[in-house]
Amino acid sequence: MPAKTEEIVFSAAVKDGYKMSENQLLEKIERYHNGEMSAAERKEFEAMRKADAGFDAKVMEHQFFAGLLKQYSERVELENRLNAIHEEIDVHNLKESLMAHPSWVVRLWRNHHSKISVAASVTILAALSILYVAGKFDNKTNIEALKNKVEQLDKSNAKLSRSIRDIKSQNIKPDDHYSSTGTGFALTSEGLIATNYHVVRDADSVYVQNAEGKSFKATLLYYEPQYDIAILKIVDKSFEGLGTIPYVIRRAETSLGEQLFTFGYPDRTATFNKGYLSAQTGYHGDSLNYRIGIPILPGNSGSPLLDSKGNLVGVATAKQAQFEGAHYAIKSKYLLDAINNIPEDSLTQKIALSKKSSMAGLNDVDKVEKVKKFTFMVKIYGQ
Amino acid sequence: MNKELKDSTPTDSEVILGILNNSETALKKLYVAYFPMILQLIINNSGDEDDAKDIYQEAIIVLYNKVKAGDFELSSKLKTYIYSVCRRLWLKRLNQINRYGGDIKDFQEFLPVEEDESERQADRDIQFKKMESALQLLGEPCKTIMEDFYIHNRSMQEICERFGYTNADNAKTQKYKCLQRLKKLFFQQQ
Repeated sequence: MPAKTEEIVFSAAVKDGYKMSENQLLEKIERYHNGEMSAAERKEFEAMRKADAGFDAKVMEHQFFAGLLKQYSERVELENRLNAIHEEIDVHNLKESLMAHPSWVVRLWRNHHSKISVAASVTILAALSILYVAGKFDNKTNIEALKNKVEQLDKSNAKLSRSIRDIKSQNIKPDDHYSSTGTGFALTSEGLIATNYHVVRDADSVYVQNAEGKSFKATLLYYEPQYDIAILKIVDKSFEGLGTIPYVIRRAETSLGEQLFTFGYPDRTATFNKGYLSAQTGYHGDSLNYRIGIPILPGNSGSPLLDSKGNLVGVATAKQAQFEGAHYAIKSKYLLDAINNIPEDSLTQKIALSKKSSMAGLNDVDKVEKVKKFTFMVKIYGQ
Repeated sequence: MNKELKDSTPTDSEVILGILNNSETALKKLYVAYFPMILQLIINNSGDEDDAKDIYQEAIIVLYNKVKAGDFELSSKLKTYIYSVCRRLWLKRLNQINRYGGDIKDFQEFLPVEEDESERQADRDIQFKKMESALQLLGEPCKTIMEDFYIHNRSMQEICERFGYTNADNAKTQKYKCLQRLKKLFFQQQ
């Protein structure tokens, strides 16, 4: 009977299939999918699939898997292409121009609210005193309430000056025989500070001192000698954190002629300086640095270099100041790279960099006032 | 950025044909033309530029795959389509991270987009994630052999030379061993 013989052939083929090693099986399946089998071989293969559900499932699984691998590779390639295109867009500038601009009333309030508040209080006070002098206040309780208020204010004022005195007295650190200084600036409100590597290279211990003269102990968290960048972390118990960082670190390069300023501590004195970007490369065409038309003195090393909108565009460095009249700053891109390279296990939490500058449109005095709070004198002990 | 690219918004049919013909220029023109619109949408609805990049690329991939699969019908302007897809993806993301305040600031007209479309995309994304980590776990030289053979379509001969196998049979054995391990790693993650 022909049907019977066919069955025998099938089962023999199935047995063969089991005898085949897993590798040979895979090879067979691939040849089948790629259409490389002869007609007879193909027939046998299909018969095996029909006869053995387990074998059929293996074939299906392979088909699914190979297809997925192929699709996956196409997706990866597409994503790479899109990322390459994305790299060419200056997202930062685009973003600036797209932010929803609030109406002029809101802007007026945001920029001048302190002045408006003062003006309003003066007006109210004047009105009150006129009313008082004119004897319009026949309601005694109001005056009583005001008196109480004034007394409360007096008390809190006294408390405040007491605590200021306390802070001042606490602030006598094992100072002041540090051997050299530089400048550093805050990256996060939790006290990550960027400075030049050459500033802290040989330090036994490092303290950072804020504009009010208060010192905090810091440790060297990470450094990249080839970029001359070091990241410090404030570890002092008395450090209570900073407010929101008012500047944004810019990845794109800055244009020639862009107006820039620095704030730092050359000669241990808080110093503001202003000028222009004069070349997009440093000494002998070194692409790591900008050349800037701002005098950078020893002690300025590690100062933030900012543009007029409050973007951080570089880290001033006095290392090469010996070249007459030329001053340099490390491009902010390398600072960003260094931050990204900090190993995760040396951090207690993810670094959240500021994404918004709050300095656009301010005059120089107000800008310095803002930057000052986030810039530190870096004091090096024991070299 | 290339000035020429910046100034020219491609026509819709130019984009579709470009994708079908694997044109790099068309893809670039498309990407550059509509990114600002999506950046505006995201940053004005509690996102940042990185979110905008993610969402926008996801939408471009949806469009790309639809066009390649031949089931993309241009029933509205391409601009409206991309905006609508991004808008829905972003709403979904906001919901996931509980940042959605119940209303979204819009800058363009938009169309309702069918839900199952993005579901299918999400399923595939999960599979791709698994494949990525399976390849990662596979280690060398298996990973490179798999990529060379199944992704870059290199021939057995080339692979032999690259890895210094003495004959094609050795390479073949190695390849199937690697494939089996990759499969195991992939299916273990289910």
